[in-house]
Amino acid sequence: MKILEIKHLKKSFDGLPVLKDISLSVEEGQVIGVIGPSGSGKSTLLRCATMLETIDSGELIYLGEHAATTGENGQAVYAPAPKLQKIQRYFGLVFQNFNLFPHFSVIKNVTDALITVQKKDKAEALAIGRELLAKMGLADKENAYPYQLSGGQQQRVSIARALALNPKILFFDEPTSALDPELTGEILKVMRQLAAEKMTMVIVTHEMSFARDVADHIIFMDDGVIVEEGPPEVVIDNPQNERTRAFLKRFEN
Amino acid sequence: MELSLLIQKLGEGLLVSIAIFTLTLIFSLPLGLLVAFGRMSKNIILRNIVKFYISIMRGTPLMLQLMVVYFGPYYLFGIRLTHGYRFVAAIIGFVLNYAAYFAEIYRGGIESMPIGQYEAAKLLGYSKTQTFFRIILPQVIKRILPAVTNEVITLVKDTSLAFVISVMEMFAIAKAIAAAQTNMMPFIVAGIFYYIFNYVVAFASEALEKRFSYYE
Repeated sequence: MKILEIKHLKKSFDGLPVLKDISLSVEEGQVIGVIGPSGSGKSTLLRCATMLETIDSGELIYLGEHAATTGENGQAVYAPAPKLQKIQRYFGLVFQNFNLFPHFSVIKNVTDALITVQKKDKAEALAIGRELLAKMGLADKENAYPYQLSGGQQQRVSIARALALNPKILFFDEPTSALDPELTGEILKVMRQLAAEKMTMVIVTHEMSFARDVADHIIFMDDGVIVEEGPPEVVIDNPQNERTRAFLKRFEN
Repeated sequence: MELSLLIQKLGEGLLVSIAIFTLTLIFSLPLGLLVAFGRMSKNIILRNIVKFYISIMRGTPLMLQLMVVYFGPYYLFGIRLTHGYRFVAAIIGFVLNYAAYFAEIYRGGIESMPIGQYEAAKLLGYSKTQTFFRIILPQVIKRILPAVTNEVITLVKDTSLAFVISVMEMFAIAKAIAAAQTNMMPFIVAGIFYYIFNYVVAFASEALEKRFSYYE
């Protein structure tokens, strides 16, 4: 089943095209790694897919439901608010800089949306939250506040927060970029575990070896287009395109 | 005049000062939030009207504003107002003035919030109202507490301006007694009362800041 389908997505900022006709689809259980130089549009693609940015034209489809389509005038038309709210629940996003709520304890960060937004009862939300924190290796931190945690721990809380809402697909926007190198390992381990559990994920990353390891499909973007895509053994180990090769050269040694 | 009688008279005035102080805060703190929303509105007309209101409140003396509120209805429209209107006029004047200052403090606090907090809330499905009241406002309150305390301390002293429209608050009484008896004592005692008043305000504010210190 297709979890996400993007067709002919275009997005400009102040007349400057950032995404030029992007099409892709994500199957259930698939892990997609999006790589490419900075400014290539990877993060914008994620922000468009998660509706943090509105697209100029193209289609955005989750589980067969259109969040956006191209109208008669060629401009994107979004679905009415109630439908968008429903679609919003299909996906989650893990930010580069966590964006935890500093005034909430760890457990409240994970459970508040369950209680406030999804109207689950407190005991049920707490059970979900505790289970996820345990899975993230943070069972002993539920009463801590974000400022008391390391960057790696904060990022794991934010992953638990996103998972708590039980999304069909989880996006990661350079989840290790804000971390000290020695802390990236713990995040990658958690993501590996999620991949093994067949969580559908789209990961924008600079960690080439991780992308090769975990992703079963790699998308290489440059200058607002998908230059090359395919299995990691092809795109990363044996790239066909000149631009892909030039980019990957920088990650050798 | 006996000191005890003086303290009693000034104490009666202090109650009026406290009433002005309390009522001003009760109305101007929430009104300031509405004004801040207007000031940040996407509607350019509303935004400019609010901007103009704030600039008048900040750009002219509070004493003059009190006079306008008190005398305005009669001078402008010939409306005869009762004696009790003095106190009401003082409250209206103070509330309008302080709401403008609080609005700018709120705006500063709200605009200092990182966009990531809004984005995280949106991704988790919080509505705009939920985002503001659960995620943004609690953090804003912590950030603006020192600035608000500053204004509140100024308000304690500003209540004395109500004397210009003959509201018998503590300063008006001190002034009257001092003039009648050519004596410094009423001013000294009133000064001590204002000081104690502000000491309590500062203490309360410190306690409040402590309550918000559980996170960074």
